[in-house]
Amino acid sequence: MMNFLNTLDRRWIFLAMALCVGVPILVIGLTGYTFPETPTPLAEAFFNEVDTAGEAKGRRANILVALDFDPASAGELNPMAVSLVHQCAQKGHRMYFISLWPVGPQMIMESVDKVIKRHYPEMVYGEDYVNLGFKAGNEQVIKVMGIDLTTEFRTDVEGTTLSKIPMMQGITNLEDFDLIAEISAGYPGSKEWVLYAATQYNIPFVSGMTGVQAPQLYPYFPNQLQGLLGAIKGAAEYEFLVNNWVREDAMAKVLEAGGFPESKAMETAAALASKPQQVSTWTVTAEASTLGPEAKTKLIELATAPIPGEYLEGQRRMGPQLFAHLLMVFLIILGNVIFFAQRRRGGGA
Amino acid sequence: MQILTRFIPLLITGIAGLVMIISAFIPYTSEWGQKAGQFFNILAAFAFVLGGGNLLKVHLKKISDQSVGWGYSGVVLICFIATLFVGLFKIGAYPNPNFPNVPFSGETQGTGSWFWWAYEYVFKPLTATMFSILAFYVASAAFRAFRAKNFEAILLLGTAFIILLGSVSAGVFVTNWIPNDGPFGDLRLENLRIYIMQVFNTAGTRAIMIGIALGIASTSLKIMLGIDRSFLGSGD
Amino acid sequence: MSAVSEPMSPRQRATWAVILGVCIILIVIRCFIGEGMGKVYVEPTNLQFGELSADTWKSMDQSEFATFVASNPDAATEQWTQYDSVPPSAYFEQQQQGGGGSIFLSWPRTIGLWLAAFFTLAIYSFLYRDNPFYKFAESVVVGVSAAYAMVVGFWDTIVPNLIQRLLPQFAHDHLTPGMTLPTDAAQFNNLIFLLPLALGIMLLCRLVPKGAWMSLWPLAFIVGTMAGLRIVGYTEGDLLSQVRDTISPVYVPGADTSTPFMAVWTTIWSSVAACLLVIGVLCCLVYFFFSVEHKGAVGGVARVGIWYLMITFGAAFGFTVMGRIALLAARFEFLFDDWLWLIDPNQKRALVETVSMLMCL
Repeated sequence: MMNFLNTLDRRWIFLAMALCVGVPILVIGLTGYTFPETPTPLAEAFFNEVDTAGEAKGRRANILVALDFDPASAGELNPMAVSLVHQCAQKGHRMYFISLWPVGPQMIMESVDKVIKRHYPEMVYGEDYVNLGFKAGNEQVIKVMGIDLTTEFRTDVEGTTLSKIPMMQGITNLEDFDLIAEISAGYPGSKEWVLYAATQYNIPFVSGMTGVQAPQLYPYFPNQLQGLLGAIKGAAEYEFLVNNWVREDAMAKVLEAGGFPESKAMETAAALASKPQQVSTWTVTAEASTLGPEAKTKLIELATAPIPGEYLEGQRRMGPQLFAHLLMVFLIILGNVIFFAQRRRGGGA
Repeated sequence: MQILTRFIPLLITGIAGLVMIISAFIPYTSEWGQKAGQFFNILAAFAFVLGGGNLLKVHLKKISDQSVGWGYSGVVLICFIATLFVGLFKIGAYPNPNFPNVPFSGETQGTGSWFWWAYEYVFKPLTATMFSILAFYVASAAFRAFRAKNFEAILLLGTAFIILLGSVSAGVFVTNWIPNDGPFGDLRLENLRIYIMQVFNTAGTRAIMIGIALGIASTSLKIMLGIDRSFLGSGD
Repeated sequence: MSAVSEPMSPRQRATWAVILGVCIILIVIRCFIGEGMGKVYVEPTNLQFGELSADTWKSMDQSEFATFVASNPDAATEQWTQYDSVPPSAYFEQQQQGGGGSIFLSWPRTIGLWLAAFFTLAIYSFLYRDNPFYKFAESVVVGVSAAYAMVVGFWDTIVPNLIQRLLPQFAHDHLTPGMTLPTDAAQFNNLIFLLPLALGIMLLCRLVPKGAWMSLWPLAFIVGTMAGLRIVGYTEGDLLSQVRDTISPVYVPGADTSTPFMAVWTTIWSSVAACLLVIGVLCCLVYFFFSVEHKGAVGGVARVGIWYLMITFGAAFGFTVMGRIALLAARFEFLFDDWLWLIDPNQKRALVETVSMLMCL
């Protein structure tokens, strides 16, 4: 047995990895089951920064959304980008999309298609969101944007001069944004934004990033980086937070329309969103007596409506992640068992 | 010739570097830094052209020499030229609805264009798969190379275990018996993972960052002062 | 341990052949079950535009356009058909209602999808061994990537940031009609952009052996500006900020004040963390300080630094593994969802389709 394991062909390990990833995807795809996530303080900080952006100024927040990644890292980062746009759209923030990666505009288009065009068709291009596209130059682009971004981003992706775009009024440089939210796959990415934007201009900055980058960015939290999502785990946590909040927010709006005071509506919505299966029983209680039948139906609908698949990409991916991690741990232990067994017998590695 | 290949480039480096530094400190000069940055970004776009030109040169040489695998160089060239053609000429791209009479007014990467097709069905699957293949090799390497030979290696392995298990529900399951809000709640794997990242990882990475920052500052200074001239080549 | 590239026994080779054969058979069977697999459907939209006045166009529907053409026979018009991908469920619905709708199968996109699946599998075939399919896919990605960056660099940077400045009228008329033409004074100021144009052309001289020296000037500019930018960025963002963040109080009041015991306990826990952080940074820095021999007390401190670094590398390894697996999962999801139509996480097809297919299998 030990001899068989010692001479084990790497292809069998590849097959084991393929099965550990492939089978859970099939099972999750067919059952729709996802693992519940417990958000970490860093994901919560990311969420809260986006949530409260612009509040101090008492106006709609201007969020610079920089999607600095490409398809090679989209498996990890797309769920973050989608959830970020989802939260901004639901919150009513203005989004200014840019990218420092040549393929970034495609990533922007994908997120806009998945979230805004599909679920928020009322949002108007040029008023609620704008795509400024890609610029070559890496961190030098950030440097120029810090002084005057209109000299670097002269037109949007459609070739329209920025001064003709309504939401660009009053936007001159990075300091005109309430928050920079960035999703990064490497260089140029989070580190450059921290060094040349967040630190130099003291602008709130949150970033989601690949697993390779995440450990290197932890020292910046919380002074230079106010929120951090690391790898698919961070994506799943943030996605979970956003999905729950969106449901809660929608319920709160129904309750408010039904006569609940704002604070009471938010409190009740939070309680209902955490236990959606109990909403139908709650609607027949005395507390819900002030609500009309339409509001009640709407509440039950919100509680029971399935979350669209594109908003569950990160959480779905945690299934294969679980089995692949277990395989990795198993392989390391197995490799060591063989190593020590051999050493005891006087063999070498 | 020395003036053209040594003196002037070193002068340009020194002045360009100085401009960037003083523009960061003196508001009046910020526009200089801005201009230098704008010039740099245009040059960065030219660098893409240079990259393409280099690729063309290397593979044309391989084909003309008929060296090993020259057929694949042919594939590289065909794909390069085809993508370049459909992208530069915006083949199949719909014009901007505000200016329908200007064929080049549409988005190069807009859905439906040939360039979009090349991205969606060629570039995207290829690059995404290229990177995903590393998952297999990392598993194989873990089996063959990760050995708890000494205390340092045990620390590395132990941390990797906590991060791997603490990131998934297995970690929650294994240490579920520890009350989360009790005094030992931080010993739950998922919490231990956060603790390691925010304390030990932060300390190690911070020290590395400080070291790198010092290194970059000194290297940059050497470049600007003309002490480090390696970027100019040997001059042969 | 055995060598990684040890040749396989005939028995192992046969096993792999069987696994591959079973996969191919399953895929062929899958092709003939239900609605098949790997198809992309599109919906055409006819767009018509009429020029109301110089440079002012209006998008019109069919009837409005017909009226416009009839009343303005000399006015300029443009029209084209735009094809947008729609989920297969839209096509199935159309067929269920008796067909006749506008949604149809797009061959270019369907072929593209199969090509994407082929490329995915071609790359994975390298896991078995190096082979012509992998080499072909590798060559394609090199060619397409280089061209991709060039195209995007041209349209997104060179056109707006250089051509719009130097040839505004040309850019306005032929490339980006949405741009605003500069005033004469602004146009004069833009002439300074002849400088990056000249430097850019000099950079391209690198491709010509005799002109390679000319590329040293733009190279010097690139290196100089980057050096100047980084010296400030790294000193402020990494060196000073990180040192400042490390010099922080080591007494940290605990977050949990529910009971006096928990308040004291969490305070101890948080303060220990703060101490460990400071100690760790100092120990690692001592380890990086090679001017002093790592012996005695310095050696001991440096050793603690190594422990911290080992934990840091372990964390980096864990996170890297996590990332790579997520990328693999994304590719598998593409194969199972978009190509094989085995799962439907994004509700693009009717769920009935998926389940019935599995039951048939």
